[in-house]
Amino acid sequence: MLKNLRRRVSGTTIAMWIIGFILLVVVIVGVVRTLMIGKYTGADWTDLFVYGISQGSVYALIALGYTMVYGILRMINFAHGDIFMAGAFFGYFTAIVFEKNGFFDSPTVDGKLVLALVVVTLVAAAGAAGLAILLERIAYRPLRRAPRLVPLITAIGASFFLEYSFLGLFGSGIKGFPEIDALKGRVSIFGVEILKTQVVVIVASFVMLIALWLFVQRSKMGKAIQAVSEDKDAAALMGINVDRSIMITFLVGGALAGAAGVLYALLFRQVYFFMGFFPGLKAFTAAVLGGIGNIAGAMVGGLFLGIAESLFPNLVLDGLGIPAPYQLKDALAFLLLVLVLIFRPTGILGERLATKKA
Amino acid sequence: MKKSQYFVIAVLMIAAFVLAACPAATPAPTTSSGDTAATSGDTTTSSASGDTATSCECTDPKGCVTVGANDPVRVGWMMVVSGADATLGLDSKFGAEIAADDRGTIAGHAIELTGEDDLCSAEGGQTAAQKMSADNKLTAVIGTSCSSAARAAIPVMCGAGIPMISASNTAPDLTADDRPADYWCYMRTAHNDKVQGAAMAEYAYGAGFRKAATVHDGSLYADQLQQVFADKFKELGGEIVAQEAVGPQDTDMKPMLTRVAAAGPDFFYLPIFVAAGGQVVKQAKEVPGMENVQLAGADGIFTADFLRAAGDAAMGMNHSSPDFSLFGEGYPALLEKYKAKEPAAPLSAFHAHAYDAFNIIANGIEAVAQKCDDGSLVIGKQALRDAMISTKDYSGITGTLTCTATGDCADPKIAVYEVMDTNPDNWNPGANADSNPKKIWP
Repeated sequence: MLKNLRRRVSGTTIAMWIIGFILLVVVIVGVVRTLMIGKYTGADWTDLFVYGISQGSVYALIALGYTMVYGILRMINFAHGDIFMAGAFFGYFTAIVFEKNGFFDSPTVDGKLVLALVVVTLVAAAGAAGLAILLERIAYRPLRRAPRLVPLITAIGASFFLEYSFLGLFGSGIKGFPEIDALKGRVSIFGVEILKTQVVVIVASFVMLIALWLFVQRSKMGKAIQAVSEDKDAAALMGINVDRSIMITFLVGGALAGAAGVLYALLFRQVYFFMGFFPGLKAFTAAVLGGIGNIAGAMVGGLFLGIAESLFPNLVLDGLGIPAPYQLKDALAFLLLVLVLIFRPTGILGERLATKKA
Repeated sequence: MKKSQYFVIAVLMIAAFVLAACPAATPAPTTSSGDTAATSGDTTTSSASGDTATSCECTDPKGCVTVGANDPVRVGWMMVVSGADATLGLDSKFGAEIAADDRGTIAGHAIELTGEDDLCSAEGGQTAAQKMSADNKLTAVIGTSCSSAARAAIPVMCGAGIPMISASNTAPDLTADDRPADYWCYMRTAHNDKVQGAAMAEYAYGAGFRKAATVHDGSLYADQLQQVFADKFKELGGEIVAQEAVGPQDTDMKPMLTRVAAAGPDFFYLPIFVAAGGQVVKQAKEVPGMENVQLAGADGIFTADFLRAAGDAAMGMNHSSPDFSLFGEGYPALLEKYKAKEPAAPLSAFHAHAYDAFNIIANGIEAVAQKCDDGSLVIGKQALRDAMISTKDYSGITGTLTCTATGDCADPKIAVYEVMDTNPDNWNPGANADSNPKKIWP
């Protein structure tokens, strides 16, 4: 019994717990001190929180693509961030057409604007989904039975291919996504002043997240995808078309990434060939944070990461007396990942994998 | 089985690293020894010079570059020509190309320009310098574009003994009196940010601003420039209420701006680059408390691409940049050639500095090149650097240039501009009534 325990709790585990504990104490000290200084008003904190949710919901949309592909193929699709970038480009080109035809001119939200935004999002989602399917068909399917490292390296290659194709096609400069007059300024919701673009982004992403959840849980195709992710061979024996399920997974993941690209472009109004790299990396982090392979986990992880990035530098580092804390935003995000993985190696909601994990 | 596979992979990787390191390592030995024997390898590498060139042996302690009788003189550029800051580097590159066209020949030889992308980052500068320092025909380099890239590139280029003259590095460190010994080969025609930061502080204080905030992106350039500004502003009697920082790839600036807003500034100096700068300017209009703060950038975002990145929010913003209206007589002609050569290229701040940098190199080469009987040239590396850094009262386009012992060659003239129109197609900086951005100070 005691021997068993000793084997389970090794030296490294204890060391990790100690490191984790120290970090936790530092975090708590930082938070308490910041709040005691009281430099920021309640409105500042809610602002930071809302900025975090809007950023986090975009992360969540991208993270879903990572997590779904991981769930079904056990591979990290590193080109996913570039699918997101492609979606932003498709959305940008469509938006430019609408802008030229005066769809964005009206000072208030009207039918024309809503129609334009929906079409822009649909075009971006369709374009990105098409690209994702092509990628799967050309780059990943031939390697389905290859060792796990092979598709991973291929994915990195595909990522570079996409980035530099867009660089070659559209140049390296930053393209400004059209500014929509009706979405300028703030709107009051439950007494909280929120930027209108952020309202659009948050609402749109939550609608998509719920739609995806229903699709995976309720629809026949969604159940087929779950079956394939549990056991490809058994699913095939039960009459499920494995190739088609995998294709649909890429399609859905790509469409979400494409839509996320448009939302991101709405928020930050910059479109360029390398824009997918960092959001992709962050979304991957979010997927791991939430528990990779777990769809609800990706959503939670994305939101958590977004809020942490926006809130924590101010909340934790400011109290510790660290100057210019926002340059440490990324370091903090990844530190958070380490912390979560120390205490919960399978992520916040746990890795949902079949017992027959490769 | 598995283990042996790993072993093979490990061996391959080690071999790859060794091979990758080789080109960088080879030029280094030439700097170690003073006698001609050690450097004869360099002088005889050219097939054209051969062993007939006995009359012009290389006696330079750092080695020599030999240009064959019918070969062109090779001058390099190391600038950011891709990514969000590409206009900064392309602008300088065009300046150097026009200078080469105007000059035609150096010491009777044709001119060949080669170049590498510095990516405006330390990694990019390192890679570019590794590649260029391996070129034993390279006489000198114009570059880099960005100070962070310079810090990585300078020791490599100086190790290979190739003089570097930058048209747009402005960080004070690079030419400070206590700069490292392995910066000996470096100089610049760009202004030192000690001048630019102070100019902006004087303008801001003079215009009635008293509480300033700054932001940098962790790059050498931005960090030092905002510090110079902050020091000068405090010295003048103003108050620095916040000094923030972001990452160069960050997009969500609103949390950082919320912090700045809480400090209550009336002036916000953001001497950063295009991508992050565009985000800061756009989002400043969306954060409560920042709407009416005067925004000001520096020469790193003094380009039409910045208007593309920032959109309408850039309206009324200030910029510090070289004062084109005080440039020498040759400037209008240069501008005409530039527009004829690259009609689509938007002007940035440093084309004229690159033009002057090229001419300092060319003058240096003509002063020290030994002409051999067979028509080849032997150019001593140390001699070339010495000739360049002893440039005195050279009347270039950017002013009358005299290099200090630590390589500051500029005749710095800084103006503050205001953005009058956010359409990037109307980018036309100057001091005229229809200029955009328009000079407003001094």
